[in-house]
Amino acid sequence: MLQVENLSVDFRVDSGWIRSVDEVSFALDAQSTLGIVGESGSGKSVTALSILRLHARRNTRMTGRIVFDGEDLLAMPERRLHEMRGRDIAMIFQDPMHSLNPVLTIGDQIGETLRIHQGLNRAAAEKAAAGLLDMVRIPDAKRRVTDFPHQLSGGMRQRVMIAMAIACRPRLLIADEPTTALDVTVQAQILDLLRDLREEIGMAVILISHDLGLVAEFAERVLVMYAGELVEDAPARNIFEAPAHPYSEGLLKAIPSADVDMHRLYAIPGRIPDPGDRPPGCNFAPRCALAQPACSATPPALDTLAPGHRIRCPVRLAAREPAA
Amino acid sequence: MKDTTDPAVPIIRVRNLRRDFKVGARGRGRGVLRAVNDASFDVMPGETLGVVGESGSGKSTIGRMLVGLLPASGGEIELFGETITGPLGKRALARVRHRLQFVFQDPHAAMNPRMRISDIIAEPIDIQGGWSRKARADRVSELLDLVGLSAQFADRFPHEFSGGQRQRIVIARALALDPDFIVCDEAVAALDVSMQAQVINLLMDLQDRLGLSYLFIAHDLAVVRAVSTRIAVLYAGEIVELSGKSALYEDPRHPYTQALLAAIPRPEVGVRKPPIRGEVPSMLNRPAGCALCPRCPSAFDRCKTEAPALREVAPGHSVACHLYDGA
Repeated sequence: MLQVENLSVDFRVDSGWIRSVDEVSFALDAQSTLGIVGESGSGKSVTALSILRLHARRNTRMTGRIVFDGEDLLAMPERRLHEMRGRDIAMIFQDPMHSLNPVLTIGDQIGETLRIHQGLNRAAAEKAAAGLLDMVRIPDAKRRVTDFPHQLSGGMRQRVMIAMAIACRPRLLIADEPTTALDVTVQAQILDLLRDLREEIGMAVILISHDLGLVAEFAERVLVMYAGELVEDAPARNIFEAPAHPYSEGLLKAIPSADVDMHRLYAIPGRIPDPGDRPPGCNFAPRCALAQPACSATPPALDTLAPGHRIRCPVRLAAREPAA
Repeated sequence: MKDTTDPAVPIIRVRNLRRDFKVGARGRGRGVLRAVNDASFDVMPGETLGVVGESGSGKSTIGRMLVGLLPASGGEIELFGETITGPLGKRALARVRHRLQFVFQDPHAAMNPRMRISDIIAEPIDIQGGWSRKARADRVSELLDLVGLSAQFADRFPHEFSGGQRQRIVIARALALDPDFIVCDEAVAALDVSMQAQVINLLMDLQDRLGLSYLFIAHDLAVVRAVSTRIAVLYAGEIVELSGKSALYEDPRHPYTQALLAAIPRPEVGVRKPPIRGEVPSMLNRPAGCALCPRCPSAFDRCKTEAPALREVAPGHSVACHLYDGA
């Protein structure tokens, strides 16, 4: 359903252009779940925003193709994309308070999508909004449609955002760190809700998060990004049980566990290179325990390790070849 | 460890600590929000007391009261034998203040962007006064070295550093006057996983080398398990469970602690139990009984009318829950 091909995104800065996302390709089937994980600056949110072309046009350069149902989203006119945003592809963000208008009732805001895309009048839209609030399990929905955002808790606000996003029953929902601002018990509730709605509506979901635990629980397939590049693309089970890329491996080992006592945590040495100052070879080579001289010389390619499992690491690819 | 501290005597004693905030405009909806209610605990020399809870549980309020940033509304705080609450509290606090420090969540907001790293780290030294220029410069290099940064960074500005490095700088500043006790309020929450592990390891190394005690406030239960000796779980301003870390994670007694542990997303693929219902209640008008009652799967009649007290259910393991009253 969604096919991203060689997507690169550059942003204009004082000193020229810097590459934020570098030649990312992946595909997403209808009704499936995909997780994108990475640390800050890895390009995961920029990738997601590109799907809806939400970057400021003046300072952004996007190349490649993003094909949704046979149409290239990057090439289509703004008007056509405008019709699709919210109707076919919807998005929710980290901070629900900043995404809601404080002076409009939540019923108005949920109804807006329906008035625009389905031409409903105000009364009908409000009625539909109450139904949507019900769908996102907000108790007493009929009375709640006249509430303002400040009257709701953080978890309720995120439910309202989800109600807005699913109003037109989109085929793809992009959730960018949807639970990062929420408490852990509320986070679990929101994830459950997203899981249920995905089945009810039959939509595909892209979940973007820095939290590998969250992604492991939610997604069938996981992309790991590092310094703008895709470094591993595999079924969730493979990533969490046998991560192949040294970065994915290090990231998993660095997570403290609530299930065992540890005296010291594993830490990946060093830090993510700045976008303007990336090493000539593999971006991860300076921090990698497996790095060979060749790693710092030529940028490695993303290659197939096993069916449905791609990694960007020649060392690991070479090691697995005899077995394959 | 400093020879002046007896390892068996708590450096911090907190008894029945309370903090109320007045909220709302005059005339409409004016009320009192009890952010911390009847909290009692000790911190021993060289240990880390983890404090976990969701937003609004009162964990930061406790941290702020402990270092004297916020006066208590009731109860008693004793730091290094000095009582900093009550009428003589201010003078007592002045005597022990150099032994306390704090590290907050956002290292960017904690530094003046126009000051050089050396001046940021030396700020406590400059406030204390009486250091020669040479001693000050030596101390700055020593502190940078202690947190794993090059002494060459001293002349740079905060914007030249990543989040993890900035947090190291804030930690170096906190160590400037050789404190005994540091409150870390969500000190690693803003960091990425790989940086978070580096900073946690640093905090633990420093504890081993300098004999520091920490009050480590966090919402992330996995992080708290990694750093703490003992842990207090807060819900709606009250300590609901207090115990050694292994007992808390392996044998959680309070229904809220159990729900929190069950809600942690784990990096393994599989099915989970359904999460606890509802959200933290408004603390403006606290219910008469247990604050968790409306959400609690094990609640019974008594929970609605009577608030449970924190009592010991096993050595060193206390729980505030009517389920354990018979035990």
